[in-house]
Amino acid sequence: MPAAAAQGPTAAGELFDLRDEHVRAGATEALRGVDLRVDRGEKLVVIGPSGAGKTTLLRLLQARRPADCACVHQDYALVPQLSAFHNVYAGRLDRNSTLANLVDLARPRRRVVEELRPLFRDLGLEDKLFEAVSQLSGGQQQRVAVGRALYQGGAVVLADEPVSAVDPHQAGDVLELLKAGCETAVVAMHDVDLALRHFDRAVGLREGRVAFDLGSAEVGAARLEALYRGEAGAEPST
Amino acid sequence: MLKASLWFLAVGLACLALADIEIVTLDPWGELGRLLSGFARPDLRALPAMGQALLNTVTFAFCGLSLAVLLGSGLAFVFEHRVVRLGCAAVRAVHEIFWAFLFLPMVGLNPVCGVLAIAIPYAGVFAKVYAEILQEADRRPMQALPPGSSPVSRFCYGILPTIWPNLKAYTSYRLECALRSSAVLGFIGLPTLGFHLETAFREGLYGEAAALLYVFYLLIASLRYWVRPRLVVLYAALSAWAVSPEVHLSWVNVKRFLSWEILPWPMRREGFQDGSLDIAFPVEQMWSWFDVLVRHQALPGVWNTVLLTQAALAATGLFAVVFLGVACRHVSPAPVRRLVHFGLIVGRTTPEYLLAYVFLQLWGPSMLPALVAILLHNGAILSYLGAGSANVMRLRLDAPRRALDRYAWEVLPRVYGQFLAFLFYRWEVMMRESAILGILGVTTLGFFIDSAIAEDKLDQAVVLIGFTALLNMGIDSISQVVRRRLRLASGASLAVAD
Repeated sequence: MPAAAAQGPTAAGELFDLRDEHVRAGATEALRGVDLRVDRGEKLVVIGPSGAGKTTLLRLLQARRPADCACVHQDYALVPQLSAFHNVYAGRLDRNSTLANLVDLARPRRRVVEELRPLFRDLGLEDKLFEAVSQLSGGQQQRVAVGRALYQGGAVVLADEPVSAVDPHQAGDVLELLKAGCETAVVAMHDVDLALRHFDRAVGLREGRVAFDLGSAEVGAARLEALYRGEAGAEPST
Repeated sequence: MLKASLWFLAVGLACLALADIEIVTLDPWGELGRLLSGFARPDLRALPAMGQALLNTVTFAFCGLSLAVLLGSGLAFVFEHRVVRLGCAAVRAVHEIFWAFLFLPMVGLNPVCGVLAIAIPYAGVFAKVYAEILQEADRRPMQALPPGSSPVSRFCYGILPTIWPNLKAYTSYRLECALRSSAVLGFIGLPTLGFHLETAFREGLYGEAAALLYVFYLLIASLRYWVRPRLVVLYAALSAWAVSPEVHLSWVNVKRFLSWEILPWPMRREGFQDGSLDIAFPVEQMWSWFDVLVRHQALPGVWNTVLLTQAALAATGLFAVVFLGVACRHVSPAPVRRLVHFGLIVGRTTPEYLLAYVFLQLWGPSMLPALVAILLHNGAILSYLGAGSANVMRLRLDAPRRALDRYAWEVLPRVYGQFLAFLFYRWEVMMRESAILGILGVTTLGFFIDSAIAEDKLDQAVVLIGFTALLNMGIDSISQVVRRRLRLASGASLAVAD
């Protein structure tokens, strides 16, 4: 089990090294002293009850390396009026010339469409390529958002609840696709079973603090209970 | 809200009491009868000759609107700058007809005059409304795009698609307005439909006038069948090509206007009399020139414009409160509703200037024709919008059984806030209309401006137009304060901003 916290630091492999991070969101403190180290090539999941600070943590990571991160946003952040194709295409706007972007917006070049088609096939959306995102179901929209992040690429994919609206038997496939499509991934999720089944390293977050950072197999029912009930011994109240 | 409404109503009544609203013609009802029989038997023989006027109406509107869209969308991006904001408010505050008055001496009776008279105020409107749409756009999709993308790509992929439906809806609404403006410009001599309408009405050829008006209605009603986003560029290009042979500009006139004719007369008097065209600065005489102008023309004009506006505002509100009920599916039975709906569309489509002109023929010169024209046109717009939003509303199953109860207890309270917001948005528009209708003989600002133009006193006309603009900007900011005080919905501007 690759428990990251135990690995020796390799300067070249280190992507994030958060130490005692505090983030205020309005009146409340969303993160209260978080330590987290993420190395290149790791794929980890962040779990915890709502309000634990998962989204804030992802935002913090994104702010540290804005140029390297591709994000799957909790609210998808898609353009509903554009087609699924265009939304995914937008993941690489920075790599094309403005002129090419405008041409593809008006009338996508065949080459680009063919380039994207396999990704849509993997997402199970091949028949929805040119449908407006507003016409898609919640789960389909979410898969488009995942598609955009994968197409954008970059060193890290930060995904906030990427499969919350995808139906259960597809959710696993989408997670595997996400993992296979990027080098490093930090994924925040609600569904604990799904999370532990698909990721090797799990970080438990509660009230803005890291409750545990372990290999998925080591987490165990007791820790999960404590994470969601709030009776963890390592969780002094403030 | 109720208290504020009653205040406005009281002010409106007071203004009505002070205003001159008598019927001075000898046989108003007989004339009305002739008018109606003309409308029942339109004279189609005149139509073939009107083809050119119809074409001009459309091409001026398309050229003016395209120019305005280009200018306005550019300005929308820099609208936060105070200079841009004020500049746009100033050009918006001057009615198309006044712009045409200013351009006539510069470019002559020429398509350029019509096109610019539409393009300039509309550019100010577009800048404001586009900037508002831009500001209210959902930023999240854009923020999700890769950070290194060029600004143009980010805008085109992240923002433009989300605001496109709003831009399209508003711009097509303005196309309808531009066609109305273009037609009305004919009343002051440009070769559009209004020119022939004016002749027909003046000579009492009501059958011919009716035929022209029906053609105009057909034009507006058919817009949705032939105006498509993809074709608009083509139409604009064709329009530009169609008007271009008529365009001939003489820079001498433009220069003469800007550097000579608009200067106050005391500055030019000596140079004019000795033929040297030299400019002097006799400060004392200039002051007394300005003083006389303000006391004898500007102030009485402002007073009457305000009287007419306030009376019209209150009357429009009353009219719309009644008719939005009559046009609403929760209140009135289908046959009545359909009839009223049709009437409202006609009222909305007919330019208020034309309505005022017709009532003037019937009732003679007083504030009454102008008042009724503003009331009908704006009242129709507001009732139409109000009924629209009331119709999508769902009432509870056990809503009061009697129609009037349902209206007063369920429908009106729910739409009233939005309705007031719309009404106050139209306030500024009504003010502009009140000023312009002076051209027809009511002594609002337009009357003095028209007289100054007729006597070739462009210096006075420019000052008076300046007063109109200031008055309008003043009303605009008062309206903003009132809307904020009453916490009326923002974003309503999309539907009615003018």
